[in-house]
Amino acid sequence: MAAAEKQPVTGAGPFNGVLTWIDQRFPLVSSWKEHLAEYYAPKNFNFWYYFGSLALLVLVMQLVSGIFLTMFYKPDAAQAFASVEYIMRDVWGGWIIRYLHSTGASMFFLVVYLHMFRGLLYGSYRKPRELIWIVGMLIFLGLMAEAFFGYLLPWGQMSYWGAQVIVNLFDAIPLIGPTIAVWIRGDYVVSDATLNRFFAFHVIAIPLVLLGLVAAHILALHEVGSNNPDGVEIKDKKDAAGRPLDGIPFHPYYTVKDTLGAVVFLIVFAIGVFFVPEMGGYFLEYNNFIPADPLRTPTHIAPLWYFTPYYSILRAITESFMWVLGAGVIGMVVLIVLSVRNNFVRLASVAAGAALLVAFYVLEPKVWGVVLMGVAVMIFIPLPWLDRSPVKSIRYKGPIVKSALAAFVIVFVVLGYLGTQPVTDTGTLISQVCTALYFLFFLLMPWYTAIDKCKPEPERVTC
Amino acid sequence: MSDQQVDKGKRCFLVAATSVVGGVAAGAAAVPFIGSMLPSERAKAAGAPVEVDISTLAPGDKVTAEWRGQPVWVVRRTKEMLETLPRLDSVVADPKSERKKDELTPKYARNEHRSIKPEYLVVVGICTHLGCVPVDKLKAGPEPFEASWEGGFYCPCHGSLFDLAGRVYKNKPAPDNLKIPPHKYLSDGRILIGVDTEGA
Repeated sequence: MAAAEKQPVTGAGPFNGVLTWIDQRFPLVSSWKEHLAEYYAPKNFNFWYYFGSLALLVLVMQLVSGIFLTMFYKPDAAQAFASVEYIMRDVWGGWIIRYLHSTGASMFFLVVYLHMFRGLLYGSYRKPRELIWIVGMLIFLGLMAEAFFGYLLPWGQMSYWGAQVIVNLFDAIPLIGPTIAVWIRGDYVVSDATLNRFFAFHVIAIPLVLLGLVAAHILALHEVGSNNPDGVEIKDKKDAAGRPLDGIPFHPYYTVKDTLGAVVFLIVFAIGVFFVPEMGGYFLEYNNFIPADPLRTPTHIAPLWYFTPYYSILRAITESFMWVLGAGVIGMVVLIVLSVRNNFVRLASVAAGAALLVAFYVLEPKVWGVVLMGVAVMIFIPLPWLDRSPVKSIRYKGPIVKSALAAFVIVFVVLGYLGTQPVTDTGTLISQVCTALYFLFFLLMPWYTAIDKCKPEPERVTC
Repeated sequence: MSDQQVDKGKRCFLVAATSVVGGVAAGAAAVPFIGSMLPSERAKAAGAPVEVDISTLAPGDKVTAEWRGQPVWVVRRTKEMLETLPRLDSVVADPKSERKKDELTPKYARNEHRSIKPEYLVVVGICTHLGCVPVDKLKAGPEPFEASWEGGFYCPCHGSLFDLAGRVYKNKPAPDNLKIPPHKYLSDGRILIGVDTEGA
């Protein structure tokens, strides 16, 4: 748009002049309108809708506290552990900056898990929001990478052995695995070279990717508009001016609401930072107060709480569980052959099932533990196509989907708890049952969502 | 110029040619970046053999040496400890050490006790699952992870069990026996780790 066609800015008092000058050279007013003042969000957002903006808040807090930590931290195996203690004891305000960053990491995952659960509750991943969901899942993967790389930096026992275990996951890939593991470490064991490059990934590479993905997530959201707890499209019912009848401008309504949410969240955050920064070993593990020792693994090692559900799945795959997996594959193939009419899909599933069974037999269980852990994270991505329910929101879904989601939450929490505990026979058995249920929640979704008895969706949002 | 017809064929060719040449250039430019992450010359050079003095090692005890940044254990096994090995043949996954034998078990250690001298076990103390260092559980007796424990090593990370010859128990996450490093006896009381026994 040519500058001459733009209207002068009004309503900003003494700043009208300068804002007009900027607006004629930059899409200031149009961006403000598109993303805030005239971005119409459904009027019925509830508690669950705080977590998107809170995730953004935590991202900013992590960036700021992280920048200050890099001023004092030394990414050198000989100095890293001591430099973290230097930050804690000798740097003015260092302790609070570090605790903000370490508590922030756990809070980031807490907020993101709740944000994802909101999506599951209200079908926010369904058409036309598939890309928002996929980009969101990529953010989740990026966040996991960021947390993993960052956790090596304090160079404590858990840092060291956590990195050792996760890098060795790549070792399980047939043929090229060992070379990849050496390439990631830059050495034959986790060492100074590994620490140095993980620092580079943690402070620049992954944050850049995350920022780009977050921008894409929000742009895609503002293109299609927000979902809401009723799962009905507010854009279907508009007034004469073309504004959704059930929409309200994001600013000031939701900026004010989110500010309230941020204040409450920061109170909780501050309680964590000031009173329980270690959270009984869940935010900062006790063994990480011991410097890394390549010759001795701590007697009990567990990742931080946000990785433990996936860690449990990794541990659950043993030789005997491979039979369960084999039976599961056969069951899935039979189900597809019996219920899908398309002959190509039938043939492809038989072929894929046969290939998997052969692979189960040929490759060792260790490989499958790693594969299933990866699949467990990625399996959220195809959710928009697995869910075949006629309604989006849990409010109008039937008893089968409600029980399935409840069971999934229980399974996720149980897996998370077991992942923090040492291995026992009973624990392994329970985590195997939970692993099976975890995958069934997704794999059977096309069937149980289709047969479920749903209630009719309302025409407009309810309050 | 504006009244000239667009030559779509030429445009297509130029776009394709630029893409191909540009792609090759980008691929070539990635080589030094990817290569830089491989072990440096310094890291490669840091693998010299180490000598372990076992002359003062008491029966039933263990010493740990560091070789290539990894722990290498030397266990002096008692007669009772050695007697557990044949009993465990049915419990361990690979009793005769036949899997990946060139990588895990040197020729001179391919025997019942997986060592040159039956008494001394020399083994890399890194679990073949995901690289943790297993914990000593050398004494026989009931343990939370195994009621009829005959002595060996327990990996705290994922619960893999190894007997006193470093052989992995069946149905555990670790796929293979612990690695026997190349080693040789310099004299009765000294072992050199990192160099193979010749003529074996």
